[in-house]
Amino acid sequence: MSTATITPELIVQHQLSESEYRKIVSILNREPTYTELGIFSVMWSEHCSYKSSRLHLKKLPTGGARVLQGPGENAGIVDIGGGYAIAFKIESHNHPSFIEPFQGAATGVGGILRDIFTMGARPIAVMDSLRFGRPDDPVSGARNRRILDGVVSGIAHYGNCFGVPTVGGECLFEPCYDGNPLVNVFALGIFPKDQIFYARASGAGNPVIYVGAKTGRDGIHGASMASAEFSEESKQKRPNVQVGDPFMEKLLLEACLEAMRTGAIVGIQDMGAAGLTCSTCEMGSRGGVGVEIDLRHVPQRETGMSPYEIMLSESQERMLLVAEKGREEEVFAVFRKWGLDAVTIGQVTGDGLLRVKDHGRVVAEIPNRELADEAPLYDRPHSQPLRRAPMEAPVFGGGDPGEDLAAILASPDVASKRWIWQQYDYMVRTNTVAGPGGDAAIVRIKETGASIAMSLDGNPRFCYLSPREGARLNVAECCRNLSTVGALPVAATNCLNFGNPERPEIMAQLVESIEGMAEACRFFETPITGGNVSLYNETLGEGIYPTPVVGVVGLMKTTQPVTIDFKSEGRAILLLGGLGDCDETRFGGTQYAKVVVKELWGLPPALDMEYEKCVHAAAREIVAEGLAESAHDLSDGGLAVALAESSFGPAGIGADITVESRLRPELLLFHEGPSRILLSSAEPGRVARIAERHSVELVRLGETVRGRIEVRNREVVLISDEIGRFQRGWEGALEEYVR
Amino acid sequence: MRFGVIVFPGSNCDHDAWYAVQNNLGQPAEFIWHRSPSLGQVDAVILPGGFSYGDYLRCGAIAKFSPVMEAVRRFAAAGGPVLGICNGFQILVETGLLPGALMRNAGLRFVCKRVRLRVETTRSPFTSEAEKGQVLTFPVAHGECRYVADERTLDELEAEDRVALRYLDNPNGSLRDIAGILNRERNVMGLMPHPERVTEPLMGSNDGLTIFRSMAAAFALAR
Repeated sequence: MSTATITPELIVQHQLSESEYRKIVSILNREPTYTELGIFSVMWSEHCSYKSSRLHLKKLPTGGARVLQGPGENAGIVDIGGGYAIAFKIESHNHPSFIEPFQGAATGVGGILRDIFTMGARPIAVMDSLRFGRPDDPVSGARNRRILDGVVSGIAHYGNCFGVPTVGGECLFEPCYDGNPLVNVFALGIFPKDQIFYARASGAGNPVIYVGAKTGRDGIHGASMASAEFSEESKQKRPNVQVGDPFMEKLLLEACLEAMRTGAIVGIQDMGAAGLTCSTCEMGSRGGVGVEIDLRHVPQRETGMSPYEIMLSESQERMLLVAEKGREEEVFAVFRKWGLDAVTIGQVTGDGLLRVKDHGRVVAEIPNRELADEAPLYDRPHSQPLRRAPMEAPVFGGGDPGEDLAAILASPDVASKRWIWQQYDYMVRTNTVAGPGGDAAIVRIKETGASIAMSLDGNPRFCYLSPREGARLNVAECCRNLSTVGALPVAATNCLNFGNPERPEIMAQLVESIEGMAEACRFFETPITGGNVSLYNETLGEGIYPTPVVGVVGLMKTTQPVTIDFKSEGRAILLLGGLGDCDETRFGGTQYAKVVVKELWGLPPALDMEYEKCVHAAAREIVAEGLAESAHDLSDGGLAVALAESSFGPAGIGADITVESRLRPELLLFHEGPSRILLSSAEPGRVARIAERHSVELVRLGETVRGRIEVRNREVVLISDEIGRFQRGWEGALEEYVR
Repeated sequence: MRFGVIVFPGSNCDHDAWYAVQNNLGQPAEFIWHRSPSLGQVDAVILPGGFSYGDYLRCGAIAKFSPVMEAVRRFAAAGGPVLGICNGFQILVETGLLPGALMRNAGLRFVCKRVRLRVETTRSPFTSEAEKGQVLTFPVAHGECRYVADERTLDELEAEDRVALRYLDNPNGSLRDIAGILNRERNVMGLMPHPERVTEPLMGSNDGLTIFRSMAAAFALAR
């Protein structure tokens, strides 16, 4: 093996520490080659190795009766009954989306889709959790709008062409995302549960086959880029961003699923982050075998690529598979039919080594297990979570509640996201029972008569004020979303977006978020079956709010969905869970605090998980009994926003309610306490009996009326206006900003 | 009545069309691979939506060279019913089986929503089960679907009663609000909205079944 001179500068360039380099030398028992240095640097990057988070991720619950596959594979797998299973996961593509929004977001969709179909599942739904800087910021607004536009177009481009519906998601805006937009993509697929494929190589002598797009120089060191902060020079990293081809991915999907049906495939993994490097050594490590390849056989779309470049390329739409020896032709025939490259590039060996040859000459030889699974593990110091917000509330309130409500409804966070989701094909495959714009998306499974409900949530303001409580609230909110549409939450996936973990106050945010999420996931019985960690979301030293995003999936019978809008006049308006309570301190993370007071303070709303769970159970029963004509959970903007959004349906039905509360108007109308669901029903008596059985408070607020929103506390009129006054701003705000 | 659904590389509404016919219309349907030189024993052909060949050049421009399109031309020339939906409409236009062209949406963005359509003629095997003037609600999901043609062609389409469906709320700037058209022989129809996506109450409505029921009725009548 030729040995290039490995200088200290070269080691620093590869983002490897001195001790990490020493560990490499001890594993190899010699100095690494240049190619080997590159291979270690990507596999041991934060992005691929989770070296800062792994210790804490172990605290998450991962098992359960329905869980067929937990973390460690390409996606988690959950049994949904009827002989079928779902595979799902959420992943970030934050760094690339900042550098090149369109391609960054597009390839984010592509990457997570491959994670799903590499297991044999056909993707049937995508959702996105997005964070941007404020579109109306006088300084950074123009750039933020450009990033928003690029990201949305990129997601649309990839998902629409591939033919998977983008059925929902969430999108929030904060100044901390100015230089650090977040693009988290969730995907879910379906398959018979006895036809699961794993990313494991086995059987010495079996051929290792490369399929899909040719390898180019794009995306080299993408994984390492995603493991560092951004500086002024980051724009020079544009070549590190890959370019997506959804058409190629669609062909790859069909060809892979068809090839799997031949029975000749032993194991398969997509080439995502760290490309050929990651897929070879991980498949080898999982199977406890060696993998030997010769780069001469790798299809290349550029000439003169070095072994280093080929091994580190993150060209998209590629897969690596191991087939049964002697049955290669069956696999090749399928890929030929779809017009795709499929070539044997090597074989499985018994020696446990990743051996990379270039025209027969060995350029890298590394033990798979040490490379893939024994990356350095750091117990990074953590102190108190960073927060620069005061605990004490400022003086606020006294404005006209109607005006406040209109302002909150027209603010970027709360305003209708139709401008975004109308660019996504949310119906293709004709399974979308409830699409974007509701509390949870619902996709039916044609094969079984069951439906899957899903919801994403990550409230950055709550998590900044208290990472632990915020993370618990996120899980509670997702489970409440699902219960509101009648689904039983069964499993979850997470995407942990944070700043630089080498800062103890940021590391503390990560640790406390994970612990809060673990506690809530355990309590709500939604084990985390997989996910992703994205650290170093910092530009020029400015980090993001801690943003742990959780996605929860639930099961329900396939039936007409209950939607959020009021349908007819004269129905009882009920608040399941009660009006709730809140003081000034617990009000500091609300949309009112953000939009009207323009401050952030105190703590997130208090959560009683026991009570929350009872509310979920009651809601599911009410929906299953067909007693809810509409249902909408209370979250951003509290009671007033939920009432308004429920009034924005096609029927033009609003609300006339009178409450009895000692809370001051701002708190009463806009506090964001959890455990509350707004219902309209023709049978309030039956709803009340169910609520009582679950020991849940039910308040009858008033009734539905045509065209108006009227809210009184005892005799005091708080809001009295036509629906239109509120609806116009809510519907058009986002489009106004973007235009 | 046996339906054939053509599968091009990049078709992604092929399964939806198949499911609409097979499950919701209750007639047998089969997939036909784009390299197939013949259509086999089918009584009607559907060119489904999607992004044939990625639509990287011009929507439908490559698909027209697929071997199966020669068979589709012959089938249409012999009077067989051919329905092109979305990308299928684009392919029919590129192939020359229908006049005009489909350009980038006026709003320059992909748009997915439900739109109202007015049935302009019932004199076709695709609309015979509707009432003239009836309003149907179908989803659109498209980026390059603004129907354009020269004035003479548009006049001719109208004079010959070949505009099958018009948008009531035009989502893409199509000239004269045209959403679907017929060929002169009235056995080929192309439309941008997706009838196959609304063929059961769970999908929001049954409106799309009107198109498929019309095809089945015309077939029964012809036998």
